[in-house]
Amino acid sequence: MKSIISFELYKIFRRPRTYIAFGAIAALILVIQFGLKVDGQSYAAFLMKDINDTLTVDGNVLNGYLICYILLQLLLVHVPLLVALIAADMISGEANLGTLRLLFSTPFTRTQWVLGKFIAASIYTIVLLIWLAILALFLSMWVFGTDDLFLMKSNYVVLIEQSDVLWRYVGAFVFASFSLLTVTSLGFLMSSIANNSIGPIVGTMSAIVFFTILSTLNIPLFSMIKPYLFTTHMNNWKEFFDIQVSDNNEAITGSILNVAKIKTSLIVLSTHIVLFVGTAVYITKKKDILS
Amino acid sequence: MSVIQVNNISKHFGSLKAVDGLSFEVQAGQVFGFLGQNGSGKSTTIRMLLSLIHPTSGSIQIFGDSIASNRNKVLEEIGAIIERPDLYPYLSAKEHLQLFAKLRSKKITPSSIEDTLVKVGLQDRAKDKVHTFSLGMKQRLGIGIALLHNPSLIILDEPTNGLDPQGISDIRNLIQHLAKEEGKTILVSSHILSEIEQMASHILILHKGKKLADGPIQTLLDPNKMIVHLTTTNDEQAIQVILASSFSSYLLKRSAGIYLSIPHFEIPLLNQFLIQAGVGLINVESRNSLEDYFLQLTSNSN
Repeated sequence: MKSIISFELYKIFRRPRTYIAFGAIAALILVIQFGLKVDGQSYAAFLMKDINDTLTVDGNVLNGYLICYILLQLLLVHVPLLVALIAADMISGEANLGTLRLLFSTPFTRTQWVLGKFIAASIYTIVLLIWLAILALFLSMWVFGTDDLFLMKSNYVVLIEQSDVLWRYVGAFVFASFSLLTVTSLGFLMSSIANNSIGPIVGTMSAIVFFTILSTLNIPLFSMIKPYLFTTHMNNWKEFFDIQVSDNNEAITGSILNVAKIKTSLIVLSTHIVLFVGTAVYITKKKDILS
Repeated sequence: MSVIQVNNISKHFGSLKAVDGLSFEVQAGQVFGFLGQNGSGKSTTIRMLLSLIHPTSGSIQIFGDSIASNRNKVLEEIGAIIERPDLYPYLSAKEHLQLFAKLRSKKITPSSIEDTLVKVGLQDRAKDKVHTFSLGMKQRLGIGIALLHNPSLIILDEPTNGLDPQGISDIRNLIQHLAKEEGKTILVSSHILSEIEQMASHILILHKGKKLADGPIQTLLDPNKMIVHLTTTNDEQAIQVILASSFSSYLLKRSAGIYLSIPHFEIPLLNQFLIQAGVGLINVESRNSLEDYFLQLTSNSN
């Protein structure tokens, strides 16, 4: 298995396509950071226009922590599409290239190949997420400095002391890794079905868009299935930034408002990962390698 | 000792019987030629030997182990190329060998990678990316990957595809060297029958998924029976005359030209008979090659 993982990782990181995602993330983040650096105060004023009459906020509101939060809100919706570029190509790309028969005639079982490829794709996903974290969090902290994190939710505001922020980002990125691994496993499942590269990539993206729409629709019929859709849970990294308050309405440092929601989301996402990868293994094992 | 033992395997794709009740054996040290027209079931059989395709029925044993239950152990001792040499365009020849070396339990040293590059004549292009390679170079690299781990059984599906005459000769010499000097067992399929004739000690002819013949080439190519190709002034008339005679059983039904499979001592009698029957004979060519034997069998089967 170790041989397969190192074999696959070598191929992933020698392939030019792999770096499209890294480049796209860097370009997006740098452009947004540049925009906020140049005209950030206007943006902050626009965000706070509704509460300026009732609340006075001092300090560096537009700090690295807030910039990272804004970036994650924007990017974690789109990064799955970049993950799909690689994950959905892992098996079908080989079938398309004709190399699948070369791999499957080596002394490893198909289950080992599928799992090895999935682990390699997962490592790529995690590396991509680390790259995102470096640029979105650490570069923002360096460029914009740090201060307390001031967030405006739909009908309330959250203020988190700067000493209480960093671990929440660690939690958010770990959670995001589960979300993205779910996308990786979905891409994998699609990849095991097709014999060309484009179909599974488009299929994965379409499935994410389709289920995201279902997750956000407020129609009673769909409300029944919403809790079981992975797309309902993918954005729950934000729960790390909702804080409990005491009876005196004071923020409790180190607390999370709804830990159960995070746990439930992690269970649902993990279940999807197991189901998607398990099905991909089953399909690949049964498949005749004709291409 | 039987290296490959195939027992009554069949593979059906829906209603299509790609391979139908095929049995054969390959002994250690043989160069076994696998012959058949396109769509005859050669590649399907080879894929079943490598467990890329699951047989609908029947069993395959390689080195005495079932490919179904001891797949990994069996595949450790096989090197194979299947049809086209499909490789990773963004990797170099050397990277391919280094990568595939990782997938073998045998220790493959950097010097054996260099040796393999020399063996397949790619030492000067070792660092070039595969997307710059010709089909022949890709084919040689594919063979290099198959030979890298020094397997006991080598399965080569159309190994001379895309090679120039020198490349074909090099591969032929390599196959003969591997069989004679290194004692490898080789199963080689090709549509170039003369190639098989020069390389193989045994052949199997497959047609529409069924075995037509197998055995040592010397036995199959009966020296007493010749294939005769007639060129006449009027083929229609010649066929009618032959069909009405005692030579009719020797006639091979062919769309282009008149072929007969006939004992060599009857050839003068055939000549005499045709001239007496008023058939204008331009040329009588008698041969006894694998190609003729192949054509004879497959045309009879058709």
